[in-house]
Amino acid sequence: MRRFLSDYGMALVLLLLGIYYSVVTFALQDPSGASGGEQLAREVLARLGPSARVLLVTRDTREDIAFADAARKHLEAAGVQLVGDVRGRPYDARAELERLVAAGGKLDAIAANQVTGSWAVLRHVSTRFPQLGEVPVVTPPRYWWPNFLKADNLRNIADQIVIIAILAAGMTFVVITGGIDLSVGSLIALSAVTATLLIRDVAGAEAATTGGMIGACLAAVALCGLCGLFSGAMVTFFQVPAFIVTLAMMLVARGLASEVSNGASIYQVPASFLWLGGGADLFSVPNGVVLMIVLYIAADVVMTRMTLGRYIYAIGGNAEAARLSGVPVRRVLLLVYALSGGLAGVGGVVMASRLRSGAPTYGLMYELYAIAAVVVGGTSLSGGEGKIFGTLIGAFIIAVIKNGMNLTGVTPFRQEVVFGVVLLGAVLLDRLKGRLRLRAKPQASKSS
Amino acid sequence: MPPLLSMRGIVKSFPGVRALRGVDLDLDGGEVLALVGENGAGKSTLIKVLAGAQPPDAGSIHLHGQAVRFTRPLESRQAGIAVIYQEFNLVPSLTAIENIFLGQEPAHAGFVRRSKEQQRANELFTRLGVAVDPEAPCRELTVAQQQLVEIARALAFDARIVVMDEPSATLTPQEVERLFSIIRDLRTRGIGIIYVSHRLEEIFAIADRVLVLRDGEAVAWRPIGEVTREELIRLMVGRRLEEEFPKRQVPIGPPLLVVRGLRCGPKVRDVSFVIRRGEVVGLTGLVGAGRTETARLIFGADCKEAGIVELDGRTVDIRSPRDAIRAGIALLTEDRKAQGLVLAQSVRDNFALPNLERFSFLGFVRRRAERQALARHIEGLRIRLASPEQPVGHLSGGNQQKVVLAKWLERHCEVLLFDEPTRGIDVGAKVEIYRLINDLAAAGKAILLISSELPEVLGMSDRILVMHEGRLTGELTDVSRATQEDILRLAVG
Repeated sequence: MRRFLSDYGMALVLLLLGIYYSVVTFALQDPSGASGGEQLAREVLARLGPSARVLLVTRDTREDIAFADAARKHLEAAGVQLVGDVRGRPYDARAELERLVAAGGKLDAIAANQVTGSWAVLRHVSTRFPQLGEVPVVTPPRYWWPNFLKADNLRNIADQIVIIAILAAGMTFVVITGGIDLSVGSLIALSAVTATLLIRDVAGAEAATTGGMIGACLAAVALCGLCGLFSGAMVTFFQVPAFIVTLAMMLVARGLASEVSNGASIYQVPASFLWLGGGADLFSVPNGVVLMIVLYIAADVVMTRMTLGRYIYAIGGNAEAARLSGVPVRRVLLLVYALSGGLAGVGGVVMASRLRSGAPTYGLMYELYAIAAVVVGGTSLSGGEGKIFGTLIGAFIIAVIKNGMNLTGVTPFRQEVVFGVVLLGAVLLDRLKGRLRLRAKPQASKSS
Repeated sequence: MPPLLSMRGIVKSFPGVRALRGVDLDLDGGEVLALVGENGAGKSTLIKVLAGAQPPDAGSIHLHGQAVRFTRPLESRQAGIAVIYQEFNLVPSLTAIENIFLGQEPAHAGFVRRSKEQQRANELFTRLGVAVDPEAPCRELTVAQQQLVEIARALAFDARIVVMDEPSATLTPQEVERLFSIIRDLRTRGIGIIYVSHRLEEIFAIADRVLVLRDGEAVAWRPIGEVTREELIRLMVGRRLEEEFPKRQVPIGPPLLVVRGLRCGPKVRDVSFVIRRGEVVGLTGLVGAGRTETARLIFGADCKEAGIVELDGRTVDIRSPRDAIRAGIALLTEDRKAQGLVLAQSVRDNFALPNLERFSFLGFVRRRAERQALARHIEGLRIRLASPEQPVGHLSGGNQQKVVLAKWLERHCEVLLFDEPTRGIDVGAKVEIYRLINDLAAAGKAILLISSELPEVLGMSDRILVMHEGRLTGELTDVSRATQEDILRLAVG
């Protein structure tokens, strides 16, 4: 039990948080999006049959368009005659109704969603347009479901955490070796600025090809990897504490990002640049989330299956013993810092893609969120211990708390207080675990 | 008159283990009681109970006939019990004086009265008859000097009982001699001393009585004059050991390791020697003579200023431990916990560390190969553990050392540099390690055995090298006729 808790305690916390916010945000839901449209079509068919003449009324928001498209598709497939398809504001609906009356058309029902169905023009359609007779307004049936667990919200949580989680994967490597990397937040800015700058000035700005964009992003990631390599070299060859080296790199990288971008954001990039940060090609999971999951699986394989992972744990546990066992300590440390830098570069590219621009202000404080995710995920800051997926869970705990507080209307100021307390709590938990272990230890190591 | 200290029926259990099963212990003022037993016999637990670090489950402690209960180390200390652990409790950056008075500074309104401290420290050091710079930070003191600071601290507390846990483990023979004269001095002052050691010769030299613990029980409590060395070993082990040093003669082959002109600062000055296949060469000398440094230079752990290492007649360029391991050289470090093992990690991880290249394919670890190899060594070396996934730090000293041995055996190194391989290990495990050294020699390996324990060096080596202040000062080729005195004469230069 104790072991289970120390290995999966954080997963349990995440689960409990999920349950808590599910209960707290339980609310009556209006079906929306494509699935809502499908439900509407089914409702119309159930009540009026396939021979009905129907007017579809929705707004022109992105969600409603998906709703209307799905409803239209299903209604037409069932043979329903759509006499009109309004996508706009109430006066658009009135204009359409007036046109129908003027044309002497007949109408069996108005299909709408919860919002449009409550418009005055639809609610009072029988009194305002008596020529049409008694016209029922059909909306998809409402249901109870937690706001927290809505697919959109879950996608939102994952989307929010992508960049921090990618940073935190690299940070986990570094922290397990007993180091720390404060430069990752600034490297995000450097990477975003470099990538967009190269696209603007080298790849042909808005006319950039896919190849050109990929090249620019890889160059940005490589540059950040080199920055990490430099930090690693300072740590291994000159024994400068990682805290200081990466603090310096944090200032240098942020400064460089401002310098090359002249302090302004760079937005002359093609619309297709949004693909990585804004697209969702695989079962409507955002591409950034897919990238994050791939990176975490790769990182976990490295840490649990590969010699490199063993070396990283050994160096964090006892660098001298590792060296005397033939572990190439310097090479491993250089690689780990370069990886952390490179992953920060990837984070920067994702951010630039999501915002379709690069600016030197990106990623402020992100290094601290990444460290928080690592620590909450159960990795010991003194090195030698920790799990990659623990970090992912840590990142999700942070994202879930943030999202939950947004849903329940906690102010951003209070949110920061809560984050501070959560971080402290995670470290305390780590210490308590250490104490439990100490208490369990003497049984096997009694005498000297 | 009741004894100074009397412990009765002390029971202490840990989950799954009964460490102490009703132990009685009596100690008079002015007596040196030796506490002996194999690893895991319960010595450390008994000391921790006395020190208040671990409250007993049952049993009583009486001081001068008065029942006492210690729940915290501070209470025991205030009752006049000073425990000097193997790992000293000194703050490295503080001076000797500051350490001596740490926690009980003579102070007035929060201001430390330094003159008073200095005066009392000088008194203490004079009383001990030793020269320690009281203003030097403790990290600059030698191990022996740090021990003296600990003893001085015990006296500053007016301790009536001083417990020493393996005090001689890291001392040179002269330093041990000086420690003994201090102990005798304490004894004449009526202080009761509990002396824990694995070194039987020391126990016969200093103790008045001996208490033997085995499996958490006191199996014998005798005046030292009424027990022989062999009997003591038998009592500790519970069975008869055929021989303490089962040295086996094997045919000695051609030179395997040749070291020429090894040099590094004042620690190692122009050291040259040869080890042949099948040969066990003992390397001894006082602590600080440069033995460990020599081994580390051969192994590439430190940078050498000059010197050539040849293996099988070919010069090898060794710049790092990695190079040395590739060339077939292994180093068992003297400090197992700080240099030999990653304590928090599993036995399996530690075992695999130098062998990962062999256990992996394209960077992926083949866990089955790793587990099978480890299982072979667990059986072959008789490593006692609950599971290969157990943190190696939870094993006893002897089993930890066997894990270190296993990782090098799996590597099939031709040259093995053993630096104090039996330090802090119980008698039974020692003999197993000696047997293993024999087997390795018989398999044609070259072995360098660095040890401060002269009986061990004499008992296990084919040839003995002695170092003094960074130089080789002598070689004893006829080990069967050599004596400890011969070695000491060379060791002091």
